[in-house]
Amino acid sequence: MDQHIAETTGYHDEQWHAHGHHKESFVTKYIFSQDHKVIAKQFLITGIFWAIVGGILSSIFRLQLGFPDMSLEWLRPILGGWITDTGKLDPEFYLALVTMHGTIMVFFVLTAGLSGTFANFLIPLQIGARDMASGFLNMLSYWFFFASSVVMLCSFFLKTGPASGGWVVYPPLSALPQAIQGSQGGMTLWLIAMALFIISSLLGGINYITTIINLRTRGMTFTRLPLTIWALFLTAVIGVLSFPVLFSAALLLIFDRSFGTSFYLSDIYIGGEALTNQGGSAILFQHLFWFLGHPEVYIVMLPGLGITSEIIATNSRKPIFGYRAMIGSLLGIAILSFVVWAHHMFVTGMNPFLGSIFMILTLIIAVPSAVKVFNYLATLWKGNIRFTPGMLFSIGLVSFFISGGLTGIFLGNAAIDIPLHDTYFVVAHFHLVMAAASFFGMLAGVYHWFPKMFGRMMDAKLGYIHFWLTFIGVYLVFFPMHYIGIAGFPRRYYSWTNFDVFNSFTDLNTFVSVAALAVMAAQFIFLFNFFYSIFRGRIAPANPWRSNTLEWTTPLHPGHGNWPGAIPTVYRWPYDYSKPGAEEDFIPQYVPFSETMESNLPHENDLIALEKEEESIVIDESKSH
Amino acid sequence: MFEVAIGLGVFLVLVILLVLFRVQSLLDVARGSDKKIESTSNRVNGALLLLFMIVGIVAFFWYSIAEVDRYTLPNASIHGALTDQMFWITTIITGIVFILANVALFYFAFRYQYKESNKALFYPDNHKLEIAWTVIPAIVLTLLVGYGLKVWTQITDEPPQEAEVIEILGYQFAWKVRYPGKDGVLGGYDYRLIDPINEFGVDFSDKASFDDFVPREIHVPKGKPVHLKIRARDVLHSVYLPHFRVKMDAVPGMPTRFWFVPTKSTEDMRQETGNPEFNYEVACTEICGRGHFSMRLIMVVDEPADYEAWKNSQEPWLNQNPSYLSKVPENLQDVAVVTAGINSKN
Repeated sequence: MDQHIAETTGYHDEQWHAHGHHKESFVTKYIFSQDHKVIAKQFLITGIFWAIVGGILSSIFRLQLGFPDMSLEWLRPILGGWITDTGKLDPEFYLALVTMHGTIMVFFVLTAGLSGTFANFLIPLQIGARDMASGFLNMLSYWFFFASSVVMLCSFFLKTGPASGGWVVYPPLSALPQAIQGSQGGMTLWLIAMALFIISSLLGGINYITTIINLRTRGMTFTRLPLTIWALFLTAVIGVLSFPVLFSAALLLIFDRSFGTSFYLSDIYIGGEALTNQGGSAILFQHLFWFLGHPEVYIVMLPGLGITSEIIATNSRKPIFGYRAMIGSLLGIAILSFVVWAHHMFVTGMNPFLGSIFMILTLIIAVPSAVKVFNYLATLWKGNIRFTPGMLFSIGLVSFFISGGLTGIFLGNAAIDIPLHDTYFVVAHFHLVMAAASFFGMLAGVYHWFPKMFGRMMDAKLGYIHFWLTFIGVYLVFFPMHYIGIAGFPRRYYSWTNFDVFNSFTDLNTFVSVAALAVMAAQFIFLFNFFYSIFRGRIAPANPWRSNTLEWTTPLHPGHGNWPGAIPTVYRWPYDYSKPGAEEDFIPQYVPFSETMESNLPHENDLIALEKEEESIVIDESKSH
Repeated sequence: MFEVAIGLGVFLVLVILLVLFRVQSLLDVARGSDKKIESTSNRVNGALLLLFMIVGIVAFFWYSIAEVDRYTLPNASIHGALTDQMFWITTIITGIVFILANVALFYFAFRYQYKESNKALFYPDNHKLEIAWTVIPAIVLTLLVGYGLKVWTQITDEPPQEAEVIEILGYQFAWKVRYPGKDGVLGGYDYRLIDPINEFGVDFSDKASFDDFVPREIHVPKGKPVHLKIRARDVLHSVYLPHFRVKMDAVPGMPTRFWFVPTKSTEDMRQETGNPEFNYEVACTEICGRGHFSMRLIMVVDEPADYEAWKNSQEPWLNQNPSYLSKVPENLQDVAVVTAGINSKN
């Protein structure tokens, strides 16, 4: 930590005091804000908007799958020409729905909405920093995301519809406008939106990394960081290393689409003519795409795991079990996430030997994931558990992570992947382990940190109802899909009646659709609770969950700069819950060991001398800004 | 009028819900129960977690056992037996972990719910435990990987020499198959030679192409290795034979392959399933556009003798389309006429 020594502490107090009250207009405070807390809320609200859009899209295609004979004439006022003359969904629009649902949920909700919200909100507050390293880049990060959102939203209003080649946009389908309508203007807008999104993600990621490395408060060593910060840190590192590869993949696709190059195209005869493209490789795109695409699932997953670690420890009133093992497994997952991408490509015609290598690497990544689960279980064991809505969603996350993670062992095994690849088994797997789990991480985080974000409490009872409907509903949606997948039903099918082999399970598909619509409906309870509580919720106590981390030492409505006075110094790790000898069942990070003689462990008594030494260092914040 | 009534009804329900919510939250404040941690809500949530676990596990076992015939497809290939076996071994191992881990999760949550009188155990670490639950999964996974690798290498190994070679071509939105004919060699092709009739782009300067034939259905012999040479013409497709546990992408510009040995004829399967209408089907599993869900081709598995008879009854493509004789180089035209069995040159 490069902190500077100055003569007085009084100086910087005044300076920050003045800083917190300078005049701000509505525009600089709420729109083009450089305050990390406001930016976090902007990401959150935009993420919620996209989650609603993504959820509605899935509701429409679930109607088609669950009730294939139903007339969708009543959707004509909204969907217009996408409803056929017979009152059915247009098959190409069905593909567009699937594509946009995937794109929106993976990138806009679970990457920007999740990382964007919690990295922005928690990093400065939990490490003890005034703000992000660069407030300006942080603001740009949100506005690039916003621009990306606008472009993506526009593609819905094109006559030829939004991109419809699957969220993975494999060429040649995505490269040839004559192959599917969505590969016309819709795909162009998709690529522009993703390019903007990647810029946003990189600006954010660089900021998160820099802030965590450079702006930790006095005493906040890496081994005292809350696991949320560790998770968000590694998420940002993964993002910064992998998103540029998606950018290059998209760039080459733009060249192929618009400038006649042949990076991905070769030997194609379509629409009655042979194209001139030769020598390209469709597989190349898949390698580039999944080099981001696989780390991406961990970009989505790690923040949820970090949030869960924090919430489970707090509400079990117990230290997280195996703190260092948790960091180790996060690191292991982060590193291994870069060398498993081709397990999405076992049956693409890739050299089978390469398949063997990726199969070994893929199953290795199951080990750190298993360690995380066991550590969560050990944290709950002999705890004193308080079921806040946040805690319930965290428990739900762990359950989804177990249930969905285990099916990864099937799919990571190349031999078993042959029959299961691109069936509903895969859909069930990734929705549980990645989508539902990280969505629960996001909800857990919102319930847990809402008091810090808005100074008010969300209604707990509505939270419980929301949790139970969503939790049971998600299992009812995705568990039956395993059976449908084992029976061999392929993904992205508009209807199954063309095949004798798939012409069954109408009952189960209807069941899944009903459950999906119920889950969607249950989210309105959350929306009501969220927006109602912003304005009318009970005023929150300073530390509602009796938590150890630094964010609860800020005022109820932290201003610009977060702490009105000096930033607290950190003396201990964040998980001193229920320490034997201590009076309360938690000891916040800012409490020095010299004040807790009754509960110190032997090696902690040795640290008291060092505490004195550190306190004599004075920080002059005027020079670090 | 009707719509107005519904609208009014919905509005009233929402108002009632809102009032209930307000009353509930005010009551909570009045009772002070929102400050207590060891509350009814906490107990109810703990009990519900346990209940969810019990009902969930019962439902899982009930459906998995009762409906096993519905969600499993009978297997009809040699390697399919191996992948099925691997699938079930993995199901048993992961099934045990699935039950144990979820039981621990929900049981601990229920058992250790908040009590005013209790204090949680300060238990931050245990290296032996950590090592145990790192090493044990690692060993189990190594065994699974080892077995999986063996099966995978076997499946993706070079196809045997005597395999029946069949070319399958995916395009928007159907499959076409081409057989090498009596010489056992498929004629060369070039995508630039494709036209509405010559859908494979067969190169007729290659004399191996003269006896190639293109049937409506795909036939394969029972008990003999079948080597599928897979091509795509426009976008990605994926050859999927559910009963044979066969799946391989079709990629424009990059031929792929998959070989397998069918073990049950169509007739065998009709008897096994008790469905006299049963047919093997080929489907597409890589999103390819509007008609992705309709790329169906019927596949017939014959007894070896019937297969040979069927093959002999097929006419070469060139015979059916004699106008393409003009594409054959002058010096080979006589050979072409004889091989394709064309009666008159004009």
